[in-house]
Amino acid sequence: MNINFSEQELAFQKEVQTFFREELPEVVQEHINNGLAFNADVTVAYQKALYNKGWAGTNWPVEHGGTGWTSTQKYIFQTEMAKAKAPRQIPFGYSMVAPIIYTFGSEEQKQRFLPDILSSKTWWCQGYSEPNAGSDLAGLKTRAVRDGDHYVVNGTKTWTTLGHHADWIFCLVRTSEEDSKQKGISFLLIDMKSEGVSVKPIITLDGRREVNEVAFQDVKVPVDNLIGEEGKGWTYAKVLLTHERTNIAGVAVSKQRLEALYDLLNAPPEGCPDLKQNSVFMGRVLQVEMELKALEFTDLRVLSSVSTGSAPGPESSILKIKGTEIQQALDELYVEMAGIYALPFVPEQYDEAGFEPRIEPFFAPNAAPHYYNNRKVTIYGGSNEIQKNIIAKQVLGL
Amino acid sequence: MDFALNDIQQMLQDSADKFIHNKYDFETRQKHSKSELGYSEDNWQLFAELGWLALPFEEEFGGLDGNATDVMVLMTELGKGLLVEPYVSTVIMAGNAIQRCGTDEQKAELIGSIVGGELKLAFAATEAQAPADIKAITTTATGSGDSVKINGKKSVVLHAASADKLIVAARTDTDTIGLYIVDASAEGISAHHYPTNDGGRASDLTFKDVNATQLGDSNDVAAAIQAVLNDAVVAVSAEAVSLMDKMLNATVEYTKVRKQFDVPIAKFQVLQHNMVDMFMECEQARSMLYYAAITIGEGNAEAANKASQFLKWKVGQAARLVGQTAVQLHGGMGVTDELDVGHMFKRLTMINTLFGSMDYHLDSLVKQRQAA
Ligand SMILES: Cc1cc2nc3c(=O)[nH]c(=O)nc-3n(C[C@H](O)[C@H](O)[C@H](O)COP(=O)(O)OP(=O)(O)OC[C@H]3O[C@@H](n4cnc5c(N)ncnc54)[C@H](O)[C@@H]3O)c2cc1C
Repeated sequence: MNINFSEQELAFQKEVQTFFREELPEVVQEHINNGLAFNADVTVAYQKALYNKGWAGTNWPVEHGGTGWTSTQKYIFQTEMAKAKAPRQIPFGYSMVAPIIYTFGSEEQKQRFLPDILSSKTWWCQGYSEPNAGSDLAGLKTRAVRDGDHYVVNGTKTWTTLGHHADWIFCLVRTSEEDSKQKGISFLLIDMKSEGVSVKPIITLDGRREVNEVAFQDVKVPVDNLIGEEGKGWTYAKVLLTHERTNIAGVAVSKQRLEALYDLLNAPPEGCPDLKQNSVFMGRVLQVEMELKALEFTDLRVLSSVSTGSAPGPESSILKIKGTEIQQALDELYVEMAGIYALPFVPEQYDEAGFEPRIEPFFAPNAAPHYYNNRKVTIYGGSNEIQKNIIAKQVLGL
Repeated sequence: MDFALNDIQQMLQDSADKFIHNKYDFETRQKHSKSELGYSEDNWQLFAELGWLALPFEEEFGGLDGNATDVMVLMTELGKGLLVEPYVSTVIMAGNAIQRCGTDEQKAELIGSIVGGELKLAFAATEAQAPADIKAITTTATGSGDSVKINGKKSVVLHAASADKLIVAARTDTDTIGLYIVDASAEGISAHHYPTNDGGRASDLTFKDVNATQLGDSNDVAAAIQAVLNDAVVAVSAEAVSLMDKMLNATVEYTKVRKQFDVPIAKFQVLQHNMVDMFMECEQARSMLYYAAITIGEGNAEAANKASQFLKWKVGQAARLVGQTAVQLHGGMGVTDELDVGHMFKRLTMINTLFGSMDYHLDSLVKQRQAA
């Protein structure tokens, strides 16, 4: 047992570090340096830079332009990316719909969609949830009725993250009422510019527009946009869910946030309480640090079994729950660190470089909105209650 | 022993309940919160008519002679509406300080105008580096009587933008802490006003040789400031307990109607237990509120300070569990700006940061025990 990197891995780490230090587009670097929020343009600029470097398809097979990285390389990349405080790649194209397309799509679909996803030319969003189908996703009602070489789609998707920037949406739709709930579901790609698609904002607790309601009224979708077979959509989506487990714990980002918190504790900015002297607070920080260390090794155990070709053990099932609990614990610590400066609500100062007058300490007013917004991580992607149901059933056999 | 309300308290409860019910639905609150002023001036005049602005003041100056338990009763009702009016700033903090420290002349002048709804105040006492520690105040006051100069910075002063006058705590030449009356528009004040995360308003104020008048005859009033903060803790904790009750009710009702997997989600036992945990925290927080309000109302400083720390810790801890669980059980709806539940969650979170967080108070209590 050891956790040392090989020569090649160390060389790779250097290369990644150099990229993040020297090769990011100026606008991206500026946003990072100034602690600004990454908007759609900055995110796309970042994704294009990754593409130009050949690093956009972290998990993709080489034949479709992927990196072909080992799990250790992926781990190194995630770690350096978090350290650099780089934006995240929007997952809907890169790690949600692309794997479905390259695994279950037709040759024509692969040609048509994958290159534009990889180069960040198209922005995708995910249309699974509906007002009455959240945890019980199979209860979805959006209908796609076959009419010649088209489907006619009617229904409402909701919580569609960043759907207002999207060119395309991948949807689970009901194509049959006769089969079981799951069997009547198909996987359909829909152009957001189609007639009859409307997008309405939903404002989240941080006061921002992140999610949307997407309504379909008699939207005509070519049959060519169906992935695989009719009625198999549920199976495809499921395969993706179990397949796409890398980085679900968010260990790298949590480690970076913990480190940054220690920086604040070691040199509290003017206006922050000196919490290093507060043993209750320090106790909480240390607890998070220890949980995170354990989780990091859980994550590494999973990575290592995947890379040796065996199926991940039962420990993989705890990654989402523990990872999100740690993220939210960090949010609480940051609100505490902000002290009384957790109160100001000044989103403008994170949207615009040099916004005046700004609140100092600069990080502080963002702590509470982040905490509020991040309550989502235990709700989406299968809520933590649902995750526990799954572990009880599938791992413990209850 | 008797936890029943007296006649005045009953009256306060009824009038406040009626007000929130008739005039303070969530949409109206949001409208006022987002308006330029940040609250409703009409409501403020109504508060004056209803006698709420007179609550903690001595009868001699037009007050109702109320104590911490009366404040608790009123704030319990007003809290249900997610109140945005500067009631705690003007009455429970600044007015209270005038009541405790002011000369008869100052009281006659200022309290009368507060009670009448003509004067609004902000209270700028503790500072950002130590939001609950009076000893850590660094703003200075030089001179005495009505020719004092204030220098320093006060952060996140609640409702300073709408205040006519500020009551400012500052360190004197002799290293005591005094309170000073400052005209909000006085020369030498630079202000940065902003909205807060819980729908309120606050400001950063920098003082440069600002003219001020000493409040009262003594310039050594740290104990009185602590008493004011204790009352403020009771006020916001009463609000917090109400919000927790409302969140529990909202969650119980929501889970009964929200169906997934063909059943109301309230049928899932794990969610039932979550709601039972919320319920227990609500009751424990309420009990602590009663203990603290009664103890603080009795006026023994040492007992009152301890009670206020106990209360602030318990409310912080209960509010975290109740708030987070309420959001979680509402699913995606819980993180939207649309539902009042989210706004209650935000307010509860901000209440924890006011007047010292739970971590601050627990650490302070540990240190007191270690030193004992
Ligand atoms: C910010 C945000 C972004 C999102 N982005 C997207 C997106 O881009 N695309 C998309 O398709 N969806 C998205 N979602 C939707 C997300 O997947 C759903 O919110 C999630 O599935 C939960 O569904 P719900 O909100 O309807 O809650 P509900 O399913 O109504 O759940 C409410 C509560 O009941 C609990 N519960 C439900 N069933 C059980 C059970 N059997 N046992 C125990 N507890 C149970 C839940 O855990 C939760 O606490 C997003 C959600 C959020 C909040």
